[in-house]
Amino acid sequence: MTEVVFYVFATIAVVSAALCILQRSAVSAALWLVTTMFSLAGIYVLLGAQFIAAVQVLVYAGAVMVLFLFVIMLLNIGHSTPDLRGSSMVGATVVVVGLLVVELATLWRYTPRRLAAEITGTPLANPAALFAAGQAAQQETAARGVVGGVAAPLFQQYLVPFEATSVLLLSAIVGAVVLAKRKV
Amino acid sequence: MLLGPSLALSAILFSLGVAGVLLRRNAIVLFMCIELMLNAVNLTFVALSRLYGAGGYVMVFFVMTVAAAEAAVGLAIILAIFRHEQSVDLENINLLRG
Repeated sequence: MTEVVFYVFATIAVVSAALCILQRSAVSAALWLVTTMFSLAGIYVLLGAQFIAAVQVLVYAGAVMVLFLFVIMLLNIGHSTPDLRGSSMVGATVVVVGLLVVELATLWRYTPRRLAAEITGTPLANPAALFAAGQAAQQETAARGVVGGVAAPLFQQYLVPFEATSVLLLSAIVGAVVLAKRKV
Repeated sequence: MLLGPSLALSAILFSLGVAGVLLRRNAIVLFMCIELMLNAVNLTFVALSRLYGAGGYVMVFFVMTVAAAEAAVGLAIILAIFRHEQSVDLENINLLRG
């Protein structure tokens, strides 16, 4: 059942991402990207990351995409224009995308057991013993809830990067205001 | 467990993002494709943190913060360029081309 729902969400994500890069109008590209982000949030729930799914909907599908749509409508570029680049770029795209899709066939068949076998070098490695951190994290999530399982490492192990993030956001706010001001 | 399909979906979405960055001329659509690539990377982090612990979730948190900051500053730059050039077409923005 979980797998069926996963593949439904995955199909929606891939189709709407393809439509996002192929639509001529910037507004429809933005709306297809919102669809991709919503289906990714559904996949996060299936993978057991409910808090990340909520943040995905709030921050990406909410704040960031509203910012994009706001700028599109402010600049009045919603109407479609001939928008694709020249043939040299199309060739480069085919090469890059072909190389990236080759790794897909490899990644498709990965399971925790195969990953464990490749890391240890023995074919019958036990994934539960190798990935003890993941087991501990899942037990912690079961004990303290989904938010607690993310908050504990965020405010203990990763406290200094978290504080550095606030400086990054402050400088981004100041930079955006200075750049968008009419008279510089 | 869905580890392999998640990684494969992430690869597809990242490839689509790269294709969009290479193909489109509209600067705002190019930014959206960058967001798509960041989302693909987030999916990898979430899928692997089932095995490697909650550090992956924290990384997703940081990636989202950086993406939000990047969108704010990047769109402000696009706004300034549009005010100067009356266009967001990347073919017209060639000031640094020798």
